[in-house]
Amino acid sequence: MNSVTISRQADDFSVFDVDRIRADFPILQLKVNGRPLIYLDNAASSQMPQPVIDRLVRYQTTQHANINRAVHYLSEIATTEYDNARCKLQQFINAREDREIIFTSGTTDSINLVMHGYGRKFIKAGDEIILTTLEHHSNIVPWQMLAQEKGAIIRVVPINDQGELDIDEYENLFNERTKFVGLIHVSNALGTINPIRRMIEYAHRYSVPVLIDGAQAAPHMTIDVQSLDCDFYAFSAHKLCGPTGVGILYGKATLLEAMQPFKGGGDMIASVTFEETIYNTIPHKFEAGTPPIAAAIGFGAAIDYLTTIGLDQIAAYEHMLLDYATAILSEIPGVKIIGTAAEKTAVISFTLDGIHPHDIGTILNQDGIAVRTGHHCAQPVMQRFKVPATSRASFAFYNKKTDVDALATGIKTVQKVFL
Amino acid sequence: MHTNSLYQEVILDHNRKPRNYGQLDPASHHAIGHNPLCGDRLDITLQLENDHIHNIAFQGESCAICKASASMMTTVVKGKSRNDAETLIQEFRELATGKLDTNQPHHLGRLTVFSGIRDLPTRVKCAILPWHTLHAALNAIANTSTETHDETQALSGNS
Repeated sequence: MNSVTISRQADDFSVFDVDRIRADFPILQLKVNGRPLIYLDNAASSQMPQPVIDRLVRYQTTQHANINRAVHYLSEIATTEYDNARCKLQQFINAREDREIIFTSGTTDSINLVMHGYGRKFIKAGDEIILTTLEHHSNIVPWQMLAQEKGAIIRVVPINDQGELDIDEYENLFNERTKFVGLIHVSNALGTINPIRRMIEYAHRYSVPVLIDGAQAAPHMTIDVQSLDCDFYAFSAHKLCGPTGVGILYGKATLLEAMQPFKGGGDMIASVTFEETIYNTIPHKFEAGTPPIAAAIGFGAAIDYLTTIGLDQIAAYEHMLLDYATAILSEIPGVKIIGTAAEKTAVISFTLDGIHPHDIGTILNQDGIAVRTGHHCAQPVMQRFKVPATSRASFAFYNKKTDVDALATGIKTVQKVFL
Repeated sequence: MHTNSLYQEVILDHNRKPRNYGQLDPASHHAIGHNPLCGDRLDITLQLENDHIHNIAFQGESCAICKASASMMTTVVKGKSRNDAETLIQEFRELATGKLDTNQPHHLGRLTVFSGIRDLPTRVKCAILPWHTLHAALNAIANTSTETHDETQALSGNS
């Protein structure tokens, strides 16, 4: 990864003006239990900067109407702004055309779209679908549903003790029955960055399409879908400083055109009679009903915000945070970091000897520190490491070195309580 | 929020040294309780004689709140009649969900150390799981879950 190379050259936190950035995020001024909020649950959802909040307000106060329908002023402006947001997303991931960007309700919805639109049309009994141990439940369950319906078979790529995929095993899984690959770009539970370029290239030798779950990657590194040559790429706005309720599915135009619609309704049709419906062209074929217009426009504003800072700069800064946090937390006796891949985003999943993650989370919260505790919707990962759950600190570019220090102090407090 | 008052010494002590930990064999009643949200799992065995809980034991993997709740529960219900145990189960559920008026007469005694849990909605089920499982054991329900529909009454208002 480009980003990683850059970050390893830099070791000076001051090159990134985090205080100026923090001033954009009103919620970071919040006090929780009388203590300044230390928000380390960014892998679950990120916070929203003022320019995005302002954009949502401007839309609702001056631009809102339904899109693609009426000829009146507001409808035209809302339609234009919605289409502009699509173009921003196209540029953000360097898609060839804007019609390759489908607005969905989020990553889960995007994956379900591919399952219904591609899977149910093209996958048959005896076909094999390759997934990995690192997948989020949202990239497991839809494929299990499909496998059950069609009599298809799911093959799973194992991971090593560091939480890295076994690529030899991945390549060994391919045969003439392999028809689809679902692959998480960055593990939400561990932060592992998977070598997807190489994995996509290998799948294409067998003419197998690859869906990338990019929910945890898009917020933290530059994504170029043409360069990666992935067939589908999915992510959510709310992990990229945008609103909840919207995400995208990128798909190669030829694939999207070959697929069947997922949801039926308004806007996805060219013409309807009771005898026959002719579907609209992409992307509209996959956007039935009134889409999340405001959220999509907010998503566009969030992309503008992140692009201004620069994804490479974000990746480099976050990698410094990761290195610092790894060093600090490793020094605390009793802390065990789960997931020590060579290539990681700024996620630290950990356990404390003899202390249940839920107790850790509750006591950290007392100090205003927000971490996620649980199985992270990745139970196969937990089973692999033989833990019921972990605590997970996940960082964003608006976190500071002092947030890491606060976490370390908080962990020591937890240990004192349970001494 | 009163997290400090939740992790009180009595709770920490029961977590460290759980009472009646293990499994009774033979047992007249047995149930396994499961909280799928956090993976906590609790196994309760008891010997009911003349409709009284003659002996009770628990084991399982859980957080400190759940383990302390289970440990304290076993010490309190041991020797009690089935009806008295059911009354305690009901009162504890009400305490944990903030529905019990602790100024009115009740039978919970020092179990009121768990009253702080009502301010931590995501943790209420941790405290209730042992009681939920005891109720299942007494009513011959072998497997139960905090998400079981016919038991939602026990957990309403906390998720």
